[in-house]
Amino acid sequence: MSTENSMKKETHHLRRMATIWVILSVAADLLFMFWVAPHVPPGTMTDTARANQFDFNVLFLMAFPVLIGVWVYMGYAIVNWSAKRAGVPEPVGGPAARGNLKAQVSWIVVTSIVVLFLAGFGTVALINGNGSGGGEGPNPVWMPAGSAKAETAALTSSASWTPGSNQVLVVQVIGQQWKFTYRYPQFGGFESPQLILPNNTEIAFNVTSLDVIHSFWAYQLSVKADANPQQNNVAYTKTAQLGNFTVRCSELCGIWHGSMYNYGKVVSQSNFQNWATTTEAANAANTKNLPPFAWTYVPDANGAAGGYYIDGNVTPYSQVETYGAKQPAS
Amino acid sequence: MTISAERPTEVAASSVTPPVQSGRVGWTQRPGWMSQHLGTAIVLGIVGYLFGHWLGHEITGDYAYIQNSGQNSSANFFALLFGVVGWLLGIGALNYPVAKLFGREPNQEPTVEGWSKYFRYTLDHKVVGLQYVVGVLLFMFTGGLLAMAIRAELLNPTTHLFGPGTYIEIVSEHGTIMMMMATSIIVGPLGNYFVPLMIGSRKMAFPRIEAFSFWIFVAGYAVIFSALPYGGFPTGWTGYAPLQTQAGPGMISYLFGFAVIGMGMMAAGFNIAVTIINNRAPGMTWSRVPIFVWSILATAALLTLATPTLFAAGLFGILDKTAQTAFYVSEHGGSSYLWENLFWFFGHPEVYIMALPGFGIVAEILPVFTRKPLFAYKVAASGMIGVALLSFFVWQHHLFQSGINPDMRPLFMLTTELISIPTGFIFLVGMGTLYRAKIRFEIPMLFAMALFFNFLIGGVTGVFLSDVPVNVTVHGGFFVLSHFHYTIMGGLLFAFMAGLYYWLPKMTGRMMNKKLGLWHFWTMFIFFNLTFFPMFIIGLLGQPRRVFTYAKNLQGLNDFSSISAFLLGLSFLLFFANLMYSMYIKPVKAPANPWDSLGLEWQTASPIPEYNFERIPVVMTDPYHYSEVGAPPVADMGTGAPPVVSTTSGSSPA
Ligand code: HEM
Ligand SMILES: [Cu+2]
Ligand SMILES: [Cu+2]
Repeated sequence: MSTENSMKKETHHLRRMATIWVILSVAADLLFMFWVAPHVPPGTMTDTARANQFDFNVLFLMAFPVLIGVWVYMGYAIVNWSAKRAGVPEPVGGPAARGNLKAQVSWIVVTSIVVLFLAGFGTVALINGNGSGGGEGPNPVWMPAGSAKAETAALTSSASWTPGSNQVLVVQVIGQQWKFTYRYPQFGGFESPQLILPNNTEIAFNVTSLDVIHSFWAYQLSVKADANPQQNNVAYTKTAQLGNFTVRCSELCGIWHGSMYNYGKVVSQSNFQNWATTTEAANAANTKNLPPFAWTYVPDANGAAGGYYIDGNVTPYSQVETYGAKQPAS
Repeated sequence: MTISAERPTEVAASSVTPPVQSGRVGWTQRPGWMSQHLGTAIVLGIVGYLFGHWLGHEITGDYAYIQNSGQNSSANFFALLFGVVGWLLGIGALNYPVAKLFGREPNQEPTVEGWSKYFRYTLDHKVVGLQYVVGVLLFMFTGGLLAMAIRAELLNPTTHLFGPGTYIEIVSEHGTIMMMMATSIIVGPLGNYFVPLMIGSRKMAFPRIEAFSFWIFVAGYAVIFSALPYGGFPTGWTGYAPLQTQAGPGMISYLFGFAVIGMGMMAAGFNIAVTIINNRAPGMTWSRVPIFVWSILATAALLTLATPTLFAAGLFGILDKTAQTAFYVSEHGGSSYLWENLFWFFGHPEVYIMALPGFGIVAEILPVFTRKPLFAYKVAASGMIGVALLSFFVWQHHLFQSGINPDMRPLFMLTTELISIPTGFIFLVGMGTLYRAKIRFEIPMLFAMALFFNFLIGGVTGVFLSDVPVNVTVHGGFFVLSHFHYTIMGGLLFAFMAGLYYWLPKMTGRMMNKKLGLWHFWTMFIFFNLTFFPMFIIGLLGQPRRVFTYAKNLQGLNDFSSISAFLLGLSFLLFFANLMYSMYIKPVKAPANPWDSLGLEWQTASPIPEYNFERIPVVMTDPYHYSEVGAPPVADMGTGAPPVVSTTSGSSPA
């Protein structure tokens, strides 16, 4: 086989593969863009969700050409270069088959560019998204305007929130085996088993745990932050649509981890104000018995030190281990 | 074409005769029940367990777990400690070191003939390799049964087969067993068996350490199941504290189990690395080392360097649970983040311990079945080293939402995405080798090709996971679950199967049945994808991992996945059936070199003599000169027999 001949064959194989690849990739990307992309999780219920959905879609649009490229190549090889096929060319040996500087260098350059682009893109999205709804630990660096002020005020009894004021709403999420409860420091620090949020409002979730690690995952809000004992973990989002959302624990936290979920609601700012002030008043007697609002709480298994969140369940005291002793949260 | 088999003189001198056995007859050479074997190991293991349990109770009786129940973490710890020591005593692992300790000249381990050597502390790496095959299949079979139980529970969101405690117990045992198995599934059986053969060595550098790594691996199996009488452990394979601290004594089995497996991992890694560096035959330069050996070297480095972290982390956990220390207890000055950091500092390199050997097998067998040289050998080798190095710098991508070092997320996002560059090299190598090839679709080749399909999906979804804004949605859910099954099961396990079908003829002298093999391959490939692909969608739709109940609208997808999983289970039974059929029921004698491979391991006699090579071979080239006219033979075997030479067309056996 002359080199000239083999060169021609090479371009012929590569051109055919490239054609199939381009057609399939464009088709897949277009189909995806118009048919699937608007429905990709986590939806558009918050600004964070919308931004994260966009990220997701960019990744999908980049992934299809990669997947299809490799599949087309492999499929082409299987069909055309099978030993069973009559007229298969003798495989090449020698240096020609041991490497090809051009192919190797372009592979490395292209994959590096893709990867570096993705890292840069993800970083920009993360910073612009104020942490993208992920847990940022006790001292976040990327935060919406006004949140530092609201967070500081939350620890004093003077904190407040009013509709239309553009204030950040501070919500504390407390995980314990096996339920989430929520405290609202701007409304006297009352505690509620239900998460109600005002629409078009910047929310600062402060997530902590009383026992093991949980993870607060508000799926439609695109918020996920681990609840660590003795740690505050802050995550931001801005609500954008009315409706219900699901909260699930997404870190294994013991036998009833599977049933650690509840539902929340985004309501209008004035409805929220109504609900919050009513609940604050109705709960006032209970709120007095709670420990003062703080970013973390030291649970005391003995229940004697006074600072313990009594969960209403049978928790027999054991000096060492309590696993398995509790009943499910009702 | 023939090549003169003239041997350089210095090599003839270097060929070693097998060492003479020392004259003393020790314990181990006594006949029958008095010698040391699996039976004595089990007996002493049980005796040690019972003694330790009693002892633990005596000294820490005050810390009873549940009043009057007799459950006690310390008792379980001592039971397991003495149980494992008893096991090692019983199998004979301690004879040599103990004799040395007392200044006596140790007895030689026995040279047992026949099948009973497989039940003893045997130093031949080929025996250890086969012992490992059986060992990992045992792990895989048990772990697989547990997986069936998980998928059965998930058939229905509201009707439950198991209580929530039992379910978590099953999930945790499944994950831990499988992860333990995956650390050794290729390095153990195929690494131990073939690395010496492929580099032209007569043995491993430290044969006793090699036997030790196998027997301690089996002990790990018993240890992890010792949690069952305590109701298992509730933490999954990741063992997060403080759930770990809170759990019952079964948790000790997890912590100690990983420590025990970890000892085997460190021993195996160290032994294999030293072997590869020091025991290469003359002429086996670094640029001729088979690519499988490179992958095992990179893996061995990770095994040796990453595992100590796990070992220490497990020890801290045991101390927290028995001696009342507070490494992971935040109320007392510890931190739950400490475990997360230590675990993943080991855990991510571990992930590549589970990927690299698979890449190695695939790259090794592609040239054989494409009749072409390996494409971009140096890129392949450097990719493996690159992956191994980088894998130490990405661990916090498991902790993006945990609140730890949140400002470091861009860095870990970058390093994680960087690691897909060297990971991608394997695709460059594979696709280059396939280019204008003459592909022979034998069973090993099918499994190798399937790895590219599966691992591509696993790798691409890995990049999704490493994007922090996307990670918010997918972390902790079925998407992650599917990602790592695509990489580990779709990658490592498919590669293991490729390796078994490829090398079993050399190991056993028998061919695997091709027809059953085809059935096995296609059912495994199809049902693997049908089981795990829906899990990506389930994850995107919001189902967290390790739950026994889920949203009602996800039942259809879950059922589809479960039914596929049962069929996938059947596919494994087909594999076992093929194994039984081809090895015992209707064995077909394998030709000396059924795949016309140029690999050194195929050039030595069949069955392989105890010392592998009659003469130490002199390696002349790398083993990938397929389709090359006039290529030199791979090695001068020094036996006078004409060396195997590459055929020009590659279509007829040499
Ligand atoms: C292209 C290369 C890869 C990238 C970019 C990647 C990325 C990731 C990321 C970011 C996570 C964390 C997901 C989360 O929990 O939020 C993850 C999890 C995981 N990956 Fe990969 N991965 C890659 C390859 C692999 C390979 C080769 C394996 C194993 C053979 C693997 C096994 C795992 C496992 C076991 C987990 C989950 C552990 C757990 O939470 O239980 N990955 N991967
Ligand atoms: Cu939880
Ligand atoms: Cu990782």
